[in-house]
Amino acid sequence: MGKAMIHREGAVMILGGGIAGIQAALDMTDLGYYVYLVEKSPAVGGVMAQLDKTFPTNDCSL
Amino acid sequence: MITNADFLALEGEAGDYTAKLNIRPRYIDADACTACGLCTQYCPKHHSDSYNEGLSITRPIHIDYAQAVPATYYIDPSSCMFLQHDTCQICVPVCQSHAINFSQKPEARDLKIGAVILSPGFGKIAESTLEKFSYGKHPDVVTAYEYERMTTASGPFLGEIKCFSDGRHPKSMAFIQCVGSRDLGCDNGYCSSVCCMYAIKEALVTKEHDPEVDITIYYMDIRTQGKDFDAARERAENIGIKFVRAKVADVTPWDNHLKLTYSTLDGQHKFDAHDMVVLSVGLESPKDAQKIADITKIDLNKYDFCKTGTFTPLETSKKGIVVAGAFQGPKDIPESATQASGAAALAAVTLKKQRGKGTVLKEYPEELSVTDEDEVRIGVFVCHCGINISSVVDCPDVANEAGGMENVAYYTENLYSCSQDAQEQIKQTIIDKKLNRVVIAACSPRTHEPLFQETLKDAGLNRNLFEMVNIRDQCSWVHANEPEEATQKSKDLVRMAVHKAAHIQPLPEQTVPVTPKALVLGAGVAGMTAALSLADQGFPSIIVEKGDKVGGQMLNLKNTLNGESIAAHLKSLTTKVEKANNIEVMLNSELVETAGFVGNFSSVIATGKTKKKKETTYDHGVVVVATGGHEYRPKMYELGKSKKVCTQQELETKLEGRAKNRAPNSIVMIQCAGSRGDDLGYCSKVCCNHAMKNVLKIKEINPDSQVIVLYRDIRTYGFAEDAYLEARKKGVIFIPYEVDRKPVVSSKGTKVQVDFFDSIMQEDVSMTPDLVALSVGLVPNSTDELSKLLKLPVTANKFFLEAHVKLRPIEMAVEGVYVCGLAHGPKPIDETIVQAQAAAAKAAMPLVNGKVKVDPIVSTVDQEDCIGCGICTSLCPYGAITMVKIEKKRKAFTIAASCKACGICAAHCPTFAISMGGFTNEQLISQIEAFGNKKEKVEA
Repeated sequence: MGKAMIHREGAVMILGGGIAGIQAALDMTDLGYYVYLVEKSPAVGGVMAQLDKTFPTNDCSL
Repeated sequence: MITNADFLALEGEAGDYTAKLNIRPRYIDADACTACGLCTQYCPKHHSDSYNEGLSITRPIHIDYAQAVPATYYIDPSSCMFLQHDTCQICVPVCQSHAINFSQKPEARDLKIGAVILSPGFGKIAESTLEKFSYGKHPDVVTAYEYERMTTASGPFLGEIKCFSDGRHPKSMAFIQCVGSRDLGCDNGYCSSVCCMYAIKEALVTKEHDPEVDITIYYMDIRTQGKDFDAARERAENIGIKFVRAKVADVTPWDNHLKLTYSTLDGQHKFDAHDMVVLSVGLESPKDAQKIADITKIDLNKYDFCKTGTFTPLETSKKGIVVAGAFQGPKDIPESATQASGAAALAAVTLKKQRGKGTVLKEYPEELSVTDEDEVRIGVFVCHCGINISSVVDCPDVANEAGGMENVAYYTENLYSCSQDAQEQIKQTIIDKKLNRVVIAACSPRTHEPLFQETLKDAGLNRNLFEMVNIRDQCSWVHANEPEEATQKSKDLVRMAVHKAAHIQPLPEQTVPVTPKALVLGAGVAGMTAALSLADQGFPSIIVEKGDKVGGQMLNLKNTLNGESIAAHLKSLTTKVEKANNIEVMLNSELVETAGFVGNFSSVIATGKTKKKKETTYDHGVVVVATGGHEYRPKMYELGKSKKVCTQQELETKLEGRAKNRAPNSIVMIQCAGSRGDDLGYCSKVCCNHAMKNVLKIKEINPDSQVIVLYRDIRTYGFAEDAYLEARKKGVIFIPYEVDRKPVVSSKGTKVQVDFFDSIMQEDVSMTPDLVALSVGLVPNSTDELSKLLKLPVTANKFFLEAHVKLRPIEMAVEGVYVCGLAHGPKPIDETIVQAQAAAAKAAMPLVNGKVKVDPIVSTVDQEDCIGCGICTSLCPYGAITMVKIEKKRKAFTIAASCKACGICAAHCPTFAISMGGFTNEQLISQIEAFGNKKEKVEA
């Protein structure tokens, strides 16, 4: 996501770095916009990072 | 990415916002930290590990988990001795890279942004709600989050499930559903929509750990309404997990067990003892929901989730601020991911004018040339995957064996090869040891190959100089009980990969230009919403509709459950589509032919009602499939035979009319008519809500009407639960029936009779209502032809199959094709709109870039050896091989961008003229020979 600068055009702020926030950030980047992903805890991932496997296929969630 | 940050204020308006942040110090310099973990080992203070739900102890200076991003440790000021008491500082000299910096101060930061996406997730149910289940009083009562960490191999107990009270392995377990959901006691009237799924998942995982353990799930309704979710429930029942329909009143300690008191449907009170109780806690609105609402001035609903409308499911009450994920309402991972993409599409429209102005492109070092002449230098990395692999496979042994193999210049092990520090280390090793082939023995290439290939690119290697060996799925998982054999198999697989790797060659990366237009199939709510979103982002499209008018399934519906007019929305949608100068609607039309590949499709559309059709050719870059679905009419319960039997859809139309007796005095509704095991194997997700909508309307028109709803599970998930409660308050009677004891409907003359077993009164009931309404399911409009035309896979139920159920819910297996609406699976209007917006975001991606990358693994024809027989052309399922004339001879030629690398052509070529990039005969033969080499050794 590159180094932040003081001002960027076409930027969006995403509040919360869980699965929804991360997916939105990836999509916004792919659509050609600059993203600030703002997360209150020290790492992104949200609750999904705490899950071991996912329903119903039991795929690893990390 | 800005972590450790508080959101303080938001000023300005859509397109020109300023957000004020406070970034809390980590006390560790992120650029210097190597995530070695030495500091945590030396830190003397204990700290409850919130990542493990407080089940284990860590230190104030720590990292939550090895794969955390950013991979930088941090110091939690709440328990750090220096930050609290000005003592200690042991960690400072310990850190070899001098990364610890206690002088860091909070930093205020202003962000200039055009739009905001809110995705703060969800909060946790208050502990006071859990107290009646003895949570906090007895150690063997745990929440599902805690239990999730307990069952995890990388969790605090390495996946061993033990009772906290005395360390024994539980032999009998209970899951209690709806804890903190559907519970007016804690003001959470809504259904959390995910707990049934995770409880079934955790129960299945428990059975994997110990097949002998006895598991009971206490539930009110099992709500596995998602696509193919019912199948998992059946799987759970088949392996002996018990489902008991009962409301648990309390849990009390009893000897060294836990006693559950519960009441069953027939009014009986029962008791049962279990060793361990897992509380399926619901999803609460996020803790700081009110604060976010105050800062951004958005409205919340009565449960403090973000308020949205059925037709604007991702829009907040403030322009330029959109919402995604559980803050919009409790939901699971795929729906969160879908909403995220949909929100991205909405934000992209707000920012359209600034597209591409602020982005930075990642730069890679120049690719090193690797030719046949170069010495082969292979690096082998064996991943422990925590203990996921290493608890079964002897990883050091595998690595050592690899070290002795021919051409191997370097070998090592990693705890987690996918962690950021391991990536950095692999990259550095490639450069330092001058490796020109990399073999990684870890998990599945399906999930992790792209990550490792990225590392190769960062190190200046072509990404195809890479081989991945799956020693997790294929060794440690399937041979969990045979560690020696699993280790031997791992060695075999690694040896085979090393031999193959010696022959792999770099493959060129190719890109092709894109036609920036879309083809949308279907003019229902999904198709029109997707086309409009694309148009708003600046991309023209053609909507091809089979019927003679737009609207699709929406034409058959009147109002939403919340009372919004569907007809009004359809009208506004249609007007917008008509006014948009870059959308063309073709009615009475069908797609008859498509050729090409992502970015460069060319389709033929036939228009006309008669046999003589007008054909139009249209070039486009992407396809959005929104072909919709319709009500299924089962041949049961006298539907079509008696005038008094109708479907919910027909009833809705009738209720909207003016007929005097449209809401008669006695009505019986039958849920799941023809669904969940009869004609349709699945749950259609919308019928329970549809029934609620009609029931409430009936009660509005005729409050004295006696309405009985016969159901299997009422699935009014999310906020629709409120309607279910209201229906019961208004006197509607809900009676569950078992699948082996379905109601029987018979008709004689104008009379219709319903016989059923009343599971509440425990007796057979026979009645002659004025009307029987059937909740029938939804089926997709024919997907057969389209799936053949576009080579799209469909599920057993004939819905289109997405590329990955969890992670790529919108994309199809064929690149450049996206699916939304009923064609993907049964779903209500709001979810359809979200999906359509998400499809528009995904579809816009290749169009924005103006070019697409072609996977380098494609077939190539050796023109020397080709005899022009044409077998390959006739067999290629993707039309990717054409015959060309070269020097007057017929030769086969591969269109690289269409090739999906299936290998059929290479396998059938009689002269071995075709080879697959990355899978040449030479490579495969050496791989197979390598397998045989072991046998010689063993025999010798």
